[in-house]
Amino acid sequence: MAAIIRVENLTKKFGDLAAVKDVSFEVGKGEIFAFLGPNGAGKTTTIKMLTTLLAPTSGRLELDGLDPRTHMHEVRKRFGIVFQDPSLDQELTAYENMELHGVLYHVPRALRIERTESLLRLFELWERRNDRVKMFSGGMKRRLEIARGLLHTPKILFLDEPTLGLDPQTRNQLWTHVKHLNETEGTTVFLTTHYMDEADRVAHRIAVIDHGTIVTIGSSRELKESTGSDSLEEAFLSLTGTTIRDETANSTDQLRQVARLWSGRR
Amino acid sequence: MSAIYILWLRELRRYTRSRAQIVASLGQPLLYLIALGFGLGPVFQSAGRGSYLQFVAPGVIAMTVLFTSVFSGIALLWDRQFGFLKETLVAPVSRMQIVIGRTLGGATVAMIQGLLVVIVCLIAGFRPVNAAVIPVAIGFMALIAILFAALGTAIGSVLQDMQGFQLIMNFLVMPIFFLSGALFPLDNLPKVLSAVTAVDPLSYGVDGLRTALIGMSHFGVALDVVILCCIATVFLGIGSYLFSKIQL
Repeated sequence: MAAIIRVENLTKKFGDLAAVKDVSFEVGKGEIFAFLGPNGAGKTTTIKMLTTLLAPTSGRLELDGLDPRTHMHEVRKRFGIVFQDPSLDQELTAYENMELHGVLYHVPRALRIERTESLLRLFELWERRNDRVKMFSGGMKRRLEIARGLLHTPKILFLDEPTLGLDPQTRNQLWTHVKHLNETEGTTVFLTTHYMDEADRVAHRIAVIDHGTIVTIGSSRELKESTGSDSLEEAFLSLTGTTIRDETANSTDQLRQVARLWSGRR
Repeated sequence: MSAIYILWLRELRRYTRSRAQIVASLGQPLLYLIALGFGLGPVFQSAGRGSYLQFVAPGVIAMTVLFTSVFSGIALLWDRQFGFLKETLVAPVSRMQIVIGRTLGGATVAMIQGLLVVIVCLIAGFRPVNAAVIPVAIGFMALIAILFAALGTAIGSVLQDMQGFQLIMNFLVMPIFFLSGALFPLDNLPKVLSAVTAVDPLSYGVDGLRTALIGMSHFGVALDVVILCCIATVFLGIGSYLFSKIQL
C-alpha cells in the first residue's frame, strides 16, 4: 500500500520538554489509522505538525508527497480536521459556520448547500441551524464541529478525539459515517481517541504512543496477541502502564510551581 | 476572492449581532462631544478660535474609527482563545486573503460606527461646511479604518493573552488618539509635541477629516492621503507577515 503520510524521526521540543521524540511511522492511502496514548503522550502535537499548525524541531514529514513546512498551502488542500478543542465561531449560527467552512474550502455552492443539509440532519442539528452556536449545549457544539469537518471531502481526515463527551448514539453515527467515507471515497483517516472500543471497531492499524515515543504499531488483533490480552483496553494498559498522566506538569513544572507559591508569600 | 468575502461578512455579522455593544460604544464619543465640545467651548471661543464643537467633532469621529478598527484587529486574540483561529489557519486559503478579509471587515465595521457618530455629531449641533464634502470625509474614514485595522491585526497576531491587550491600549492606542490633534490644533505646539504629532498616523487622518468637514487644514489634503495610503500598505504587509508566522 502506498504511503500517504510519512513521518521520519519527528521531534518537537517546547523549551527543554520533548513532547514528541524521534517518532517514525507511515499511513497507507485509504487506511484508517488510530493514534492511541495517555494524556500528554504527544498525539495532538503530532497532528498539529502534520496539519501545518506547528513547525517540528527536527525530522521529516510528508503528506501526499509534500512537506507541510515548505508546501503549506498545497498540504492544506489535502486534509480536513476535527480539532480536539472548540474551533467554532460562537456568534455565528450553525448554518453560517458550515457556510464559512464550505467557502474557505472551495466547496461549490450547490454541493455545499446540499451537503450542509444532509450533515446537519445526520447529526440532528438541522432544526437548530439558525441558532447561534453559543446557545448550543456541549454535545451539540461537538456534533457541529464534526459535521463541519466532514463538509468538504478531503484526501486525509484528521480526527483528534472527535467523540470526547459525546453520547453513544452520536459516536455510533460518526464512526458509521467515517467508515462509509473511507470505503466509498477512499478517504484516509488519522484519528486519536481514548475510547478503545472505537479504535477496535474502525481502525485498520493502531499506533500506541507514550511519553512522546511510539511503543508499538499493529492491527488491533496483533496488539492483543502480542500482549496476550483479550481486549484492546487490556493491551493498551499493559503497553502504557496504569499510572495516571498529567497533561503538563512534570517534575520541573512541579518545582516551578512550588517556587512560585513561595515567592508569592514573600 | 470568495474567502475574502466570507471573512468580511463574518465581521459584519458579528457586529450587527452585538446591538448592546453598538449602543454602548456610542457613549464615549457622546461624552467627548458634550464634555469637551460644550465644556471647553467658551474658552476656545474667547481665544478667537471659533466653535470648539465644530473643531472637535472630526476628532471624535476619527477617535471612533480608530478604536473600533484597532479592536476589530485585536479581536484575533479572542479568536485565538475561543479556538476559531485554528479553523482559518488550516484552511487552504492564502494568509494574505485571510488578513485582507478580516481587515476589510473590521474597517467596514469601524466606518459604520464612524457614520453613526457623524449622526450623533449632527444632532449635537455640528454642521459641516456643506453636504457635498461628506463623500470625501467617508474616504478619509475608510483610510483611517483600513490603516488601524491592519495595525490591530499585526498586534493581534503577536499577542498571546489579555494582559498584553491592556498594555497596547494604554501605551499605544490612547497615545495615538491623544497625540493626533483630535482634541487640539496642531499649530504653535512645543517642538517635541509637534514632532510627536507629526509621526502619529492618526494626525493625518484627523487633518484630512477636518479639512473635508470644516475646511481647516494643517498638513494639506494631498500629504494626508499619501501618508495614510503608504502607512496603511506598510501595516497590511506587516500584519500579513506576522499573521503567517502564527503557530498554535
